[in-house]
Amino acid sequence: MAQQDIYQLRRGWRLQWEAIQGCHVILYPEGMVKLSTTAGAILEQVDGHQSVADIIATLQRRYPGAETLADDVVQFIDEARANGWLAAKEVHCG
Amino acid sequence: MADTNRVNQSTAEATSPPLWLLAELTYRCPLQCAYCSNPLAFTRYQNELDSEAWFSVLRQARAMGAAQLGFSGGEPLIRQDLEALVSEARKLGFYTNLLTSGVGLTAQRVDALAAAGLDHIQISLQAADPELAQALAGSAKAHANKLAMAKAVKAAGYPMVLNVVLHRHNIDQIGELIALCDELGADAVELANCQYYGWAFLNRQALMPTREQLVRAEAETNRWRETLAARGRDMSLLFVVPDYFEQAPKACMGGWGSIFMTVAPDGAVLPCHSARELPMAFPNVKETSLQDIWYQSDAFNRFRGTQWMPTLCQQCDERDKDHGGCRCQAYLLTGDINATDPVCQHSPQHGLLESLIAENAQSPLDQATLIPRNARQSQQLQTKQLQSQGGSAEPSPRQTPELIYRQ
Repeated sequence: MAQQDIYQLRRGWRLQWEAIQGCHVILYPEGMVKLSTTAGAILEQVDGHQSVADIIATLQRRYPGAETLADDVVQFIDEARANGWLAAKEVHCG
Repeated sequence: MADTNRVNQSTAEATSPPLWLLAELTYRCPLQCAYCSNPLAFTRYQNELDSEAWFSVLRQARAMGAAQLGFSGGEPLIRQDLEALVSEARKLGFYTNLLTSGVGLTAQRVDALAAAGLDHIQISLQAADPELAQALAGSAKAHANKLAMAKAVKAAGYPMVLNVVLHRHNIDQIGELIALCDELGADAVELANCQYYGWAFLNRQALMPTREQLVRAEAETNRWRETLAARGRDMSLLFVVPDYFEQAPKACMGGWGSIFMTVAPDGAVLPCHSARELPMAFPNVKETSLQDIWYQSDAFNRFRGTQWMPTLCQQCDERDKDHGGCRCQAYLLTGDINATDPVCQHSPQHGLLESLIAENAQSPLDQATLIPRNARQSQQLQTKQLQSQGGSAEPSPRQTPELIYRQ
């Protein structure tokens, strides 16, 4: 994964805030995963427009005190890709 | 009285909100699959909820926290208000799944459902070829239509999950079935051996595969997984064996009244779609709110927690994981709704399953007859049940089956 790569949610996968459960969930065919606050905040930014670097910058502005933020974002996006939640909008080699 | 109230309150406090709603819109179906999970007496419940009643069910369930919604049946496409129900559900924020045989689906209806906001369509296949599909489902045209509709679903951009119910008559076709799903462009395939509830329990002897068939089918599935991976083809294969062949029971529905509820066509609310065959009463949305049913009803509270469990389960480390197994399976196999699920190797009745499997391996395939799931058979079964309750020595349904499949 490169910093300029752009991802979006895979078609048929949906991120949604669930007030009753007090968390973001990802919904997909016959399934649902509850997300941690961090995961929800990152996934909200995975919008098919912002690159990984943009997402890190956006979140860094919102949470200036978060020291490991860049690593957290990269690690989570890797996990989300491995789970099959994301589709590549624009991926660069190397 | 005070004590009872306190117990009820603590149960209610510990109960988490429902996440899943299965809306069984109708028991009507153009197919006659002998493994249908609908109740044997489905013709008894003909008073279907109307659109307004379903809108209310959807609003109530969503307000309680349910996020996943399945439209099922019977065949949900028979309901002409399906598009309106999908539209309302989507507006409320449900993730909407349509679980269909594909019969009654047209390319126009796929588009109309997409416009209404439907998120996902799952089509079920009976077999890899039209002849066997016809023998199993009782329709000559269904198979070709299913294939055409699977292509239309894919063309409309949906993620596509294909579902194949496996049993002794089609399990040896598993390679051809996977190849067919691959050709149709499926994203995921559920290769689920039928579990023995409802019509499948009635037809158990004719549906249960042999251990050798299961081993071969799982090996073939694994070979396909390697082939697909080598091609870089992203199509996941889920293989499910019949519970009877397992040693540990499943955590049925994630626990009774834990995350899941079914609303049946007539408005009965059930903790799973098979529970209607248990000897107990279930509340109805026509009389009680979903909120009260979920948190307060005797039916939903009955098997929550561990208090109801037999000692064997209460003393077991798995009690909070498997919840004592499946109540329907325990009742159907032992006659005791409170028993440990006999699928559990520690159950005193586990040997029963071994015997059934061994006995079934002796009955040749061409002797296996299937009783089709249709209104006539349903009414006959109810008549026979009434007669047997009246004390007459009526033969069991299995002894007078209608032959619809013979290889």
